Amino acid sequence: MDTEKLSETSRDIRIDIIRSLSKAGSGHLGGSLGMADVFTILYFHVLNHRPEEPDWPERDRMVLSAGHIAPVLYATLAHAGYFPKAELMTLRQLGSRLQGHPGRDHRLPGLELSAGSLGQGFPVAVGMALAGKMDKRPWKVYCVAGDGELQEGSMWEAAMAGGFHKLDNLTLIIDRNGVQIEGHTEDVMDLEPLTDKWTAFGWHVINCDGHNHTDLIHAFDEVDTIKGRPSVIIATTKMGKGVRSIEDNYRWHGKPPSKEETEDFITQIKES
Amino acid sequence: MGTYRNKGNKATKEGFGEGILEAARRNKNVVGIGADITHSVNLSLFAAAFPERYISLGIAEQNCMGAAAGLALSGKIPVFPTYAVFSAMRTTDFVRISVCYNNLHVVIGGGHAGISVGPDGATHQALEDVAIMRVMPNMTVLSPCDSTQARKAAIAAVEQIEGPVYIRFGRAPAPNFTPASLEFIPGKAQIMKEGSDISIIATGVLVWEALQAAKILRKEGINARVINLHTIKPLDKETILDAARETGRIITVEEHQKMGGMGSAVAEFLAASHPVPIHFIGVDDRFGESGQPGELMKKYRLNASAISREARYLLSPDQEPPEL
Repeated sequence: MDTEKLSETSRDIRIDIIRSLSKAGSGHLGGSLGMADVFTILYFHVLNHRPEEPDWPERDRMVLSAGHIAPVLYATLAHAGYFPKAELMTLRQLGSRLQGHPGRDHRLPGLELSAGSLGQGFPVAVGMALAGKMDKRPWKVYCVAGDGELQEGSMWEAAMAGGFHKLDNLTLIIDRNGVQIEGHTEDVMDLEPLTDKWTAFGWHVINCDGHNHTDLIHAFDEVDTIKGRPSVIIATTKMGKGVRSIEDNYRWHGKPPSKEETEDFITQIKES
Repeated sequence: MGTYRNKGNKATKEGFGEGILEAARRNKNVVGIGADITHSVNLSLFAAAFPERYISLGIAEQNCMGAAAGLALSGKIPVFPTYAVFSAMRTTDFVRISVCYNNLHVVIGGGHAGISVGPDGATHQALEDVAIMRVMPNMTVLSPCDSTQARKAAIAAVEQIEGPVYIRFGRAPAPNFTPASLEFIPGKAQIMKEGSDISIIATGVLVWEALQAAKILRKEGINARVINLHTIKPLDKETILDAARETGRIITVEEHQKMGGMGSAVAEFLAASHPVPIHFIGVDDRFGESGQPGELMKKYRLNASAISREARYLLSPDQEPPEL
């Protein structure tokens, strides 16, 4: 996909996130908008996958550890062709395959893991990567986690295991938006120096602009050259990216737009 | 069923390790996860035979449980045994979401279960694990009665059960008495001794004590039925209902808190289907302590004499209740 088409796709994904959350009346808007570029690059440039054959055994696995930003995963899966886009409007409703936090029991094509309790998807991704190594398969495992999620101890248990077992088929993407429910990460529980921490755990660290598609593509290209250790991409993002009036505002972590805000936000996305 | 002979004391953890080894020989997808106590929970037999399928993840049980889920999602049958205090409690949220909500075939071993752990004391004596594991949707809970049965249960956990399974086993050598020919069918309780006056439903190593209690009672003219409830979930409702209907009184016996354990499972079912008087033998809302296994089982009233006393009391309520 060319750069123009990628930009168009991430813009459309953002619009669908806003519409689906508006219809649902609840959900996590800020983080979902903030990761639209990363998800676009993952599903339209990086992943070796077959939307028409979701369980293809040789596919790359993409595990969402930060389950609360499910709306961006759902919108991206729909745009990639895993299921009809119209289904996005069933988000969080009774009987929907689009659960508030991802639930595999509802059999949504393309969904790799039920997750949402923070600090779990990443250990699961480590297990997948261990299995891939054991069977000498070429497929790779990608995992998306929030920066606040790194406050969970299990993330560092998994980091230790990934480094120790030299899982170069595993890449963690950290949504470094710097905010969590109660405010800025440095005020709630500081995470820095993040690069040093990951390096100390035996990981190859790449810092990049999580909204710059070229930068993201270069980061994933660099990952492919790293052997003998796992990689972590610390993607600097803005919560609410694309809607200037809410960007970087942690109060938009866990709420949907009202009816009036919905059209205003979509207009802002189109103009951004 | 006839009488049973103790072929020699053997810890249920021994049978667990042997069963996993045998299942792993038959299925190359079986992988083992170690959390620094591989020898102590007898996964070392597997690790020595299949080093390429053994993964050391260190003292990091949350990651172990999550990784087990990831391995299961990738076509493996992960076996993750550690002490029950860790596999059921340190990792509870991982069991709930990563394993059970994803409905994955992960074989979770709960070793050092019960008070018979002995000198290590209360921190390492799991008395709450069954209560926690049995409330998890999709989970199967196995609690074999001796080493021979633990071996069969471990094989069944790998080969016959499709979703998450918890298998509980102990550290202390205990009577190994079930015949090799006694088939282990998950979910199907075993009537170890027929009887019509009262039913003793026991699980784990206390099944042997229940059989000894039945012998004592027999001499007093009380004919007790002894049921080995080796699968606590799913419950064998048919066998329990028959016991309630045919004997009218039930005693449940487990090396676990009375609250929430096997006895609670039996009571929940019978309260709604065929209420009969039930007495519970177990640990009464308290922590354990250091001591030799035999001393502790006596102090905490988890032996044949405590079971027979409770049976007499249940049959003749005008008697003095057994002292607590």
